[in-house]
Amino acid sequence: MGITAVSRSKPQARHIVHHSVLLVWCVVVLFPLWTMIINSFKLRLDIYRDPFGLPKVWNFQSYVSVFQDSQFLTYFKNSLFVTVGSLTIILFIGSLGAYALVNWKSGKSKLIYLFFIAGMMIPIRIGSINLLSLIKSLGLLNSIYSLFPVYIAMGMPIAIFILTEFIRQIPTELSEAARIDGAGTFRIYSSIILLLLRPALATVAIYNLVPMWNDLWFPLIFINEESQKTLILGVTRLFGQYQTDWSKILAVLTLSAIPVMALYLLMSKQFIRGLTSGAVKG
Amino acid sequence: MVRPLFTYSTAQKHKQAIVWMAYLLPSLLFYSVFMAYPLFNSIWLSFFAGEFGRLTTFVGFDNYVKLFSDPIISERYWGAFGHTWLFFTVHMFVQNVLGMIFANFLITRKLRGAKVYQTIIFIPATLSILVTGYLWKLILNPQWGAINLVLKSLGTENWAIPWLGDSSTALLIVSFVSSWQWVGIPTMIFLAGFQNIPEELYEAANIAGATSWQIFWKIKMPLMLPIIGVVSILTFVNNFNAFDVVFAMTNVNGAPQYATDLLGTLFYRVGIAGQHPIGIPDRGMGTAIATVTFLILAIGVTIVMRLTRTGQEKE
Repeated sequence: MGITAVSRSKPQARHIVHHSVLLVWCVVVLFPLWTMIINSFKLRLDIYRDPFGLPKVWNFQSYVSVFQDSQFLTYFKNSLFVTVGSLTIILFIGSLGAYALVNWKSGKSKLIYLFFIAGMMIPIRIGSINLLSLIKSLGLLNSIYSLFPVYIAMGMPIAIFILTEFIRQIPTELSEAARIDGAGTFRIYSSIILLLLRPALATVAIYNLVPMWNDLWFPLIFINEESQKTLILGVTRLFGQYQTDWSKILAVLTLSAIPVMALYLLMSKQFIRGLTSGAVKG
Repeated sequence: MVRPLFTYSTAQKHKQAIVWMAYLLPSLLFYSVFMAYPLFNSIWLSFFAGEFGRLTTFVGFDNYVKLFSDPIISERYWGAFGHTWLFFTVHMFVQNVLGMIFANFLITRKLRGAKVYQTIIFIPATLSILVTGYLWKLILNPQWGAINLVLKSLGTENWAIPWLGDSSTALLIVSFVSSWQWVGIPTMIFLAGFQNIPEELYEAANIAGATSWQIFWKIKMPLMLPIIGVVSILTFVNNFNAFDVVFAMTNVNGAPQYATDLLGTLFYRVGIAGQHPIGIPDRGMGTAIATVTFLILAIGVTIVMRLTRTGQEKE
């Protein structure tokens, strides 16, 4: 009863607990990130003397040498290529498939839908040994292209799930009108469905973007060739290479964390919706 | 009720089926060849053995028998098995309980700065596990001792120990770091769940004189049960495939003395990279380990779904 009385008369008093717990956690989240960013701008010895303060001298040398002496930019380009490429293909063939699954009224289409959805709960890593020999026999080992088929397959269940759900909600009147005007199935897809589908496509893209960009496992088991490595796999090499120079390591870590983090801060609402969408609906 | 957009006579139906199959072909092809087939073929391959990574001889259950009876392999397996359960337990009690607490706080009406808190809590989930792992490894490194400096300033210097070098703390630290990274996901899922509970229910309870503690346990919890189930399943599946955080923070051998070895790292060593001292992967044994993990996941997911299913749901 005591708690009720407090909560009714002084709601702000109760919020103190909320704020202090949430604030403490925010510090726990931001402290390592602060430590990472701030020390990447320090001289080597200052890192040990004062790990938490702002740098006395802002030193950009670590960043300069990461760009100059390493294949960082190659890694970055590879990651960008494979992420954007796989996402584009997922969105295209996923929306085609979802469009067919919604409009094809038959028992078979229901079965195919269930077959796709079953993949949402099963981690593809379990089949890694098989994938490895499959990629080898396709001659893709040690090439950035080895990642495309795996990432596309990995993204398919959630793409089908979200996109069919969304296409079902599009009023059929729109497509019917186009049909009366003589538009075929592909015309309706490309000029009506695809346009209305944009928010759902964004959700699917974000859901797949983060795990793809951040993936270590498949690049690690498929790629050994420096020129083909992704950013995250490249970071493992640079981490070993710069072992004694921590400001360089921290610069590498900062540089590899910044792109997705910046994108997230720019559109956090879409990110949170995207990354949790599989769970909330499923 | 959604009306079918394209209606046809039976004769045309067959033709349409072909058209729709053409639309489905690319997605179905990628998914079947690069996901469904490797998964099922993995199970099949676990009944084979062979030298130099080629699986040529059918050996029945030999790989499984060896996995659980060979003194060295079974010791590693049960070690990794136990560590993975501990890893999972920490995630349930730290990551998911914190997520529930944060979500319950964030749902509070008129809580100032709720959006800012949300944004910050979720930041680590956008980082690569590898980057998180490396970063914490540096912070925990006794040579730099960033964390130990903090502990000293708080007056607890005897806590300043080599966290990742000690086999009694290493696995817990790795689990905490992984929980730090992922706590934003359950927070946001629970938050979305709380937002779906009708406001009137709280108001009615409030008027009836219920404490916030009672409201939480008697109203929110039962309604959240299916969502708790989903979060548990996600945690379970992800934890039983965890690899990156150990790779980054200790190493693929689960140092020190295999104290942080998980099923994911064991699978990598045995089936993909090849174990010390031979260095040649045993693919048959690897697929056997993967198949057992698959079975654990299938059984676990089924149990959680049964437990958290509520009466009104059909599934």
